[in-house]
Amino acid sequence: MAGGAIDPGTKGGEGYRGLVGPLLVPTWVMIGIFLVLPVGLMAVYSFLTKEFRGGVEWQFSLAAYDQFFLNRGLFGDEPPTLEWTYIAIFWRSIWQAGLATLICLLVGFPAAWFIATRPPASRGVWLFLITIPYWVNLLIRTVSLKFLIRDNGPLNEALMAIGLIDGPLPLVNTNLAVQLGLFYSYLPFMVLPIYAAVERYDFAYSEAAADLYANRWVVLREIVLPIVKPGIVAGCILVFIPSLGAFLAPDLLGGAKTFMIGSLIEEQFKGSLGNWPFGAAVSMILMALVMLALMVYARQAAKGGGQ
Amino acid sequence: MSIAVDIRSAVKRYGTFTALHGVSLAIDDNEFFTLLGPSGCGKTTLLRMIAGFEGITDGEILLFGQTIAGLEPNHRPVNTVFQQYALFPHMTVQDNVAFGLKMKGLSAPERRARAGQMLEMVHLSAFADRLPSQLSGGQQQRVALARALAPAPKVLLLDEPLSALDLKLRQAMRVELKQLQEDTGITFIFVTHDQEEALTMSDRIAVMSAGRVQQVGTARDIYEAPVNRFVADFIGETNLLEVDVQSVSNGVAQVTLPGGHRLACSAATDALGRHHLSIRPERVSLVAGGDVQAVVQRVVYLGSDLQLVARLEGGQEVQIRLQNAARTEVPSPGSHVGLMIEAGAARLLAD
Repeated sequence: MAGGAIDPGTKGGEGYRGLVGPLLVPTWVMIGIFLVLPVGLMAVYSFLTKEFRGGVEWQFSLAAYDQFFLNRGLFGDEPPTLEWTYIAIFWRSIWQAGLATLICLLVGFPAAWFIATRPPASRGVWLFLITIPYWVNLLIRTVSLKFLIRDNGPLNEALMAIGLIDGPLPLVNTNLAVQLGLFYSYLPFMVLPIYAAVERYDFAYSEAAADLYANRWVVLREIVLPIVKPGIVAGCILVFIPSLGAFLAPDLLGGAKTFMIGSLIEEQFKGSLGNWPFGAAVSMILMALVMLALMVYARQAAKGGGQ
Repeated sequence: MSIAVDIRSAVKRYGTFTALHGVSLAIDDNEFFTLLGPSGCGKTTLLRMIAGFEGITDGEILLFGQTIAGLEPNHRPVNTVFQQYALFPHMTVQDNVAFGLKMKGLSAPERRARAGQMLEMVHLSAFADRLPSQLSGGQQQRVALARALAPAPKVLLLDEPLSALDLKLRQAMRVELKQLQEDTGITFIFVTHDQEEALTMSDRIAVMSAGRVQQVGTARDIYEAPVNRFVADFIGETNLLEVDVQSVSNGVAQVTLPGGHRLACSAATDALGRHHLSIRPERVSLVAGGDVQAVVQRVVYLGSDLQLVARLEGGQEVQIRLQNAARTEVPSPGSHVGLMIEAGAARLLAD
């Protein structure tokens, strides 16, 4: 009867397994088009020769990487020394992104904790409120922020009106403004993973620790933080990496002194002044750096877990 | 004997809901004391109030004569074995057991020695370096026990610690738990909804229902002399027969069964009129020409026992349990039998 249609022993099993291949096709297509192809293109372009009006000439060259790392003097005829310009920009970007991550963590953890410990029915409302600003385009939000903090913007005028300050605070074009922009842009990426971790956290662990004579601070440090650590790490990665490559906040809110990697890369692809191979090379170096950092972290975590 | 935990008219309210209506209990030192009741009866709430996880709305709790009101859980010399164990997932078995010792400020070598001793006691020395997730349920349960006992608490609180285990393991752990309590001399307060667990392990049992203590006593007390319908029904199996109470004096009642048969029994109430009589199924035997006549309705074979359902003259049904001995004659359904209700087998209950 029913068994005649499909032989459950062999055909059925193979049938299901055979389906997996075709079902994976969309995934592979996505990965191919949106991951392998762009990164491959970037890698290839970084080894090509630049054309003066932007674009590339299809001729192999190491000039882009040479420009990044080595200084051969104004006319390119001196013995090469290490070039510090771009490394300094990288370094500045790393600490700006690191600081933004730290601030997001300090604000995001209590926020996530607060939401995760509300009654289940109201958690959705809080999460909704956190994500509402993200319905607005990032560019518009960043420009609005600039409008808010500029010399004759609402913030300064309000502070002056209540007599707290005499002249406007110089906020625009400072590191502080960039930090504010990065913080505002990426805070939810910190809150959401930590929320997910805290929501899964079983408060019986806290009770057990308190029962075994741990005070609140020890409970947080020795029980809560280690258990929700995966959420904290995920949040930090999700904030740090886009902050590292961000260009809107530094560009619009910062000045020449706060030049970051994102702006450097963006400049290489703008108009006829750009240098496509160099932009591609900087992107490759940034990506390599991030991957290296993540691999070191993963290895540390694997080691720590075994202890 | 000194009193370990003295609970005096403890009341717990959550908003308008009252979880405990003035519970008073005096739990002796070195006692294996069980809070038994169906879910929602307030037994876990009471345990959590002793541990300090829940505040007390009214009344007080004394620990060895000292009030513990206002003390945070980490300042109470009691430890808890949690229902789902709550073993710290990121710590090894050894570190879990040593956690309380670390918090008490013991040095690392002292902690190692004591934790090792505890693990030996629960037969888990070989698993000291594993993570809780690498242990079976029964092993996790024993780690939770070792962890709670390591700081040598004055009172150990156990919140349905066996409910997550399978039947075989549960039965083995009952014996181990009781042994452990006797060996350590620590007062155990054990919360369970499983009456068999309560009967086999406890020195005394408090039967709770709807936020009140219904009866406190030894296993024998509450099984053989239940004070009310709830206790008689909740502990073991029983037949509840409606009877007419003729007279009560000195705790002995004269009652009339619906069929007209008269019976003397112990009484938990001195009210006259219609009340319930509890008769345990195993205290009824079949006797040729017995005093109560009944008709067998069903016979259920249970292996070591036989269960009979018989209809009395008044129309009420009673369950009877007979040992399945070689000489037992099994009556067939429809046959007339005489029942003998043993002296002291019946008890008149308060409602």
